Amino acid sequence: MRAQEHIVIIGNGIAGTTLARHLRKNSNKKISLISDESPYFFSRTALMYVYMGHMKWKHLQPYEASFWKKNKIELIQKRVRAVETDSNRLIFQDQTSITYNQLVLATGSIPKKFGWPGQELRGVQGLYSKQDLELLEQQAPSNQVCKRAVIVGGGLIGVELAEMLHSRNIPVTFLVREKQFWNTILPEHSASLITNHILNHGIDLKRSTELKSILPSSQNRVKSILTKDQEEEIKCDLVGLTTGVQPNIEFVKPSKIETDTGILIDAYFKTNVSNVYAIGDCAERNYSLGYRPKVESVWYTGRIMGETLAQTLCGNPTTYTPGHWFNSAKFFAIEYQTYGWVFSTPKKGNVHFYWKHENEEKAIEIEYEQSTGKFLGINTFGIRLRHEFFNEVLNKNRTADYVIQHLSKANFDPEFFASYENQIQKKWQQDSNLHTN
Amino acid sequence: MAIENISVTGRSPESFSLQQKAFLFIGFLGLFLALISVFNQLENNTLGWMLLSIALMSLGIIGYARELYKAKEPGIKNDNVFFKSLTNRGIWAYALGIFLTGFYVVLYFYPAYLGLNDNTENTGLIAFFDPLSNWLSGNPASQWFVYGVFYTLAVLLFGIKFLWKYKNNKYQRIRTFSVLFFQLGFAFLIPEFMARLNSDKFALPYYDLKNIWPLNYYNFEQYRVDEFISAGGVGVALLVFGVLSILVITPFLTYKYGKRWYCSWVCGCGGLAETAGDSFRHLSDKSIKSWKIERWMVHLVTVFVVIMTMAVVSSYLGYESEKYWLSQPVFLVGSSVLLILIYAWVLIYRKDSFNKDALLAGGGFLLAILILVGLHLLGWTQNLFFIEAEPLRSSYGFLIGSIFSGVIGTGFYPILGNRVWCRFGCPMAAILGFQQRLFSKFRITTNGGQCISCGNCSVYCEMGIDVRAYAQKGENIVRSSCVGCGICASVCPRGVLKLENESPKNRLNENEILLGNDIDLKQYTK
Repeated sequence: MRAQEHIVIIGNGIAGTTLARHLRKNSNKKISLISDESPYFFSRTALMYVYMGHMKWKHLQPYEASFWKKNKIELIQKRVRAVETDSNRLIFQDQTSITYNQLVLATGSIPKKFGWPGQELRGVQGLYSKQDLELLEQQAPSNQVCKRAVIVGGGLIGVELAEMLHSRNIPVTFLVREKQFWNTILPEHSASLITNHILNHGIDLKRSTELKSILPSSQNRVKSILTKDQEEEIKCDLVGLTTGVQPNIEFVKPSKIETDTGILIDAYFKTNVSNVYAIGDCAERNYSLGYRPKVESVWYTGRIMGETLAQTLCGNPTTYTPGHWFNSAKFFAIEYQTYGWVFSTPKKGNVHFYWKHENEEKAIEIEYEQSTGKFLGINTFGIRLRHEFFNEVLNKNRTADYVIQHLSKANFDPEFFASYENQIQKKWQQDSNLHTN
Repeated sequence: MAIENISVTGRSPESFSLQQKAFLFIGFLGLFLALISVFNQLENNTLGWMLLSIALMSLGIIGYARELYKAKEPGIKNDNVFFKSLTNRGIWAYALGIFLTGFYVVLYFYPAYLGLNDNTENTGLIAFFDPLSNWLSGNPASQWFVYGVFYTLAVLLFGIKFLWKYKNNKYQRIRTFSVLFFQLGFAFLIPEFMARLNSDKFALPYYDLKNIWPLNYYNFEQYRVDEFISAGGVGVALLVFGVLSILVITPFLTYKYGKRWYCSWVCGCGGLAETAGDSFRHLSDKSIKSWKIERWMVHLVTVFVVIMTMAVVSSYLGYESEKYWLSQPVFLVGSSVLLILIYAWVLIYRKDSFNKDALLAGGGFLLAILILVGLHLLGWTQNLFFIEAEPLRSSYGFLIGSIFSGVIGTGFYPILGNRVWCRFGCPMAAILGFQQRLFSKFRITTNGGQCISCGNCSVYCEMGIDVRAYAQKGENIVRSSCVGCGICASVCPRGVLKLENESPKNRLNENEILLGNDIDLKQYTK
């Protein structure tokens, strides 16, 4: 009898866990899931809600403890120190080891730091892991302990951190390099919509401002920060570094597995070592795929990679074929969804159509091809839209005009909500009259 | 520090503002006035004291809610829910639980302490409400009138709080106006006004028209049926309406809108849960274990109410068969045929929707009922279900009507969540859920691949449904217990959930791969 194949997955985030679930669905292989961070899979995207008191830690775990036993997925809570690909072995920090037939690296990311003076002081932290959340609870339990926080870096984690601290009435200064919040992704109008929304929540959002250095107190804690151009000193008890994340691959680098920014993989998630794969945001594609970045740090791409690799490992070689781009986020109270591609400035040959509600914080922005009218993507703020609808629109190469005329079918807002289709269609008509005149 | 402790310390990072403290004081002062009336301390000018007490309580709750939500930006208002003692099973939660439980025990079993006296005038708290009762119905108050006043006040005042909390959500607002309307109009005022029509020659039983059998388990008891019939055309119409409610109106509306038309738009229990109970919705248990308990418990109560009602109705039909056109054999055979038809329909058309244990249990109970009905009709047993109808009726009233729906169902809001009764005990919810699961257009749609498994939906589901388990698989939520309150869709940060009434086709969708991943699995299965 052939020995049961042993698949070892490092990382129990969305990529590693989805892979384990689908492997179990389609096979009876031996599966081990390793994570030092937390014994059970949890939703990283919801860390903020624990700090805000919307949820408890246990609520972040989508599966009950019995799930893993029932599905015969072995959970190992240890930290991997080294990968020995020649002997198919992992060495743990406690010197024990485990062997594998197939190894999957799904180790996720760590916060990116840019070598600022003082970035290792106490009171300076990122927000990515369970341990980061625990640290934050220690550093900033209340506005008596943390009289002001400075957040550096205007991305999605930055605005989440701002909302978290705001919920405990901790004053926040938010340094953003761009002219408007998230201006590298969002076009001017909508970036300023979000910028105003953040300002209206009492966040001291400083635009076109960068961090120069973090100054220590006598106890080696953060005391204040200095900004780059104005050399303004801002007193604070916490510095949140949210300038992006980078693949968590330090322990892989000494091995024979090839890395660049991340672990290099082909379309089958295969590394240069034949029985080693990488998925999720620790992996870097060695080829390009549309406009998708080579390292994708998005929740659902981790899931898709897990779904796909499970097929390959169960004997059905399948390449990574994510469909049309989509994503979502929430900026304080404004929900944002995107389907297809809308760039901060339209790509060559494309134009934007923008509609914003007169007084409410609701807007949509569409990018389309000027010559053919072909719909390329939509950003929506404060109006929920239907994924299925836009998937079909993009599959069938529909025009922007088609989308505008069928907006009621695309709507995903709750029943009785006001609809804005007429207003949007009117604006669309006005804009196209302008173009033809 | 272990992260598990973050949200269980009971520490509140947000303290009350001065205004909030003032309104809390005013509200408690109003409650205090009502409480000392129990000890007959306010006997002069009870009307004035009562009005003052109600006014203070109203001012307290409304003012507090206003302070809580007035300055807040739009968005979800769940900050610190798991830090507050009252909403995180802390000491205040237990204190409130004990107070409410105690109130229900006194109300149901010791109304004398509230001032209900045999053959003499009311005293204490009940006398406190005599002027209001006299003004509405022309009769002195009873313990049930006092309860009705407090109940309606709670729905109205906490309903206003809820309206502010969800001021940016039209679905929540319209739904709340609906429960306020039905509680104030149908449950409270209309029955009181109907009592005004009563005279020596004409009397209708107290009837809250929206309170449908089997939630209203006593609707077909002998004294009520007698009163309906002796009241002539109007009474008979009301009786017919009571029967049509459960057999025709209920399945029709549930087919069109799901059981939410009742449970979170009309029902009084639901009304209290959605308003006064809103602060406790996240306390419902989401474990698989409690789901297993739920499906057995709620259906056993349903079997109990069916047996009890059959026994009660057939007992008085048996005694006075010449008075009604409906004789005992006709009723028993008719009920049995109805139960057989329902079970046969399930076996033929919906077998796949049931687990084996459910089919077996349903079949077993049906068979037992049929055998007992047969033996009784053949004259081999004296009592339909071996024991007399009266002890069956009174034990249902005690165990289910009083203890389960009142003492536990409401008294335990701060400990077990606001829908304990609706989820584990309500036979009406079980029947509506059966309809919703098997023939309805209602479902909660999930939005393609947008779910991030955050779990807000599951935490704030008052019925303890693990909504996330469906959403993260891209599956529609079609659950018999879902009351369609729509809070899951409100708290979702990524716009994933939508309550919809669409064609019943493809309502149950199961996918291995979510939308957004273009891999072709058909090739694989070949």
